Amino acid sequence: MSAASAAVIVFPGSNCDRDIAVSLEAALGHAPQMVWHGDSDLPNVDLIAVPGGFSYGDYLRSGAMAANSPIMREVVAQAGRGVPVLGICNGFQVLTECGLLPGVLMRNASLKFICRDVDLRVERNDTIFTRDYGAGDVIRVPVAHHDGNYFTDPDTLKSLEDNDRVAFRYCAPDGAVTQAANPNGSLNNIAGILNEEGNVLGMMPHPERLADPQLGGTDGAPMFTALAEAIAA
Amino acid sequence: MKARVHITLKNGVLDPQGKAIHNSLEGLGFDGVEDVRQGKFIEIELADGDTEAAKARVANMCEKLLANTVIENYTVEIES
Repeated sequence: MSAASAAVIVFPGSNCDRDIAVSLEAALGHAPQMVWHGDSDLPNVDLIAVPGGFSYGDYLRSGAMAANSPIMREVVAQAGRGVPVLGICNGFQVLTECGLLPGVLMRNASLKFICRDVDLRVERNDTIFTRDYGAGDVIRVPVAHHDGNYFTDPDTLKSLEDNDRVAFRYCAPDGAVTQAANPNGSLNNIAGILNEEGNVLGMMPHPERLADPQLGGTDGAPMFTALAEAIAA
Repeated sequence: MKARVHITLKNGVLDPQGKAIHNSLEGLGFDGVEDVRQGKFIEIELADGDTEAAKARVANMCEKLLANTVIENYTVEIES
């Protein structure tokens, strides 16, 4: 049981907020606070989760409206003070739109909404998010998105790679990073990236959707246990 | 006064929707289509005032919200 506190940001159109809350509760031993987007006060917490969904109906661009909501100014401020921030799916899109992470999630190269399990290679296990995995581990979790095609300019891409800021890549079941294993056209098969300081992670796949045996798998659970350990320390 | 904002993908940014439109146009028998890029067009009604100031203000709107300058360019026209 940990006394560490977590918050889940809820936008109109979020739909993975409860899933992530359940995963966090299982890891932390108590429920996170659910914080509505219109609140400009975010309590001081040890971890902030920005969930998946279709905030503001994906109007204008996925994540663009949410990134400019009052609560995100608070999230950016707390991230700047080193508070861990995890953005999944639409949460990743919001984190790129508000500038916490570089790049943008564009329309999938196939133009199709993709909803299926994918294999991911854990590129690093020396982060607060991934330390309960092994480096090079292949995990299987779902993706469910229309705009997951990671794009950035060549200089930013080089900087991400040179500084080992890619946390997860789409891969074949044996861990090989191949074009065939890339579901959405993302540059370098990027599925998740870290900020420079390592306290902000954005990823398109959904670890919270496979974090309990009743859901058919637990490959996502180590992310939440790792975070619970990190913020309890 | 009215502001018209065109938002287009930067050169070099892959545009799968533009490609799909291109394919459909060819499927309909329109010859000679060399490339299609799709974007957004936004009209904004503004209180009357100085045209240059309005243009600067709408450009600021583009920077902050309307465009994602990682992948998009924008142009602003003011019609008074």
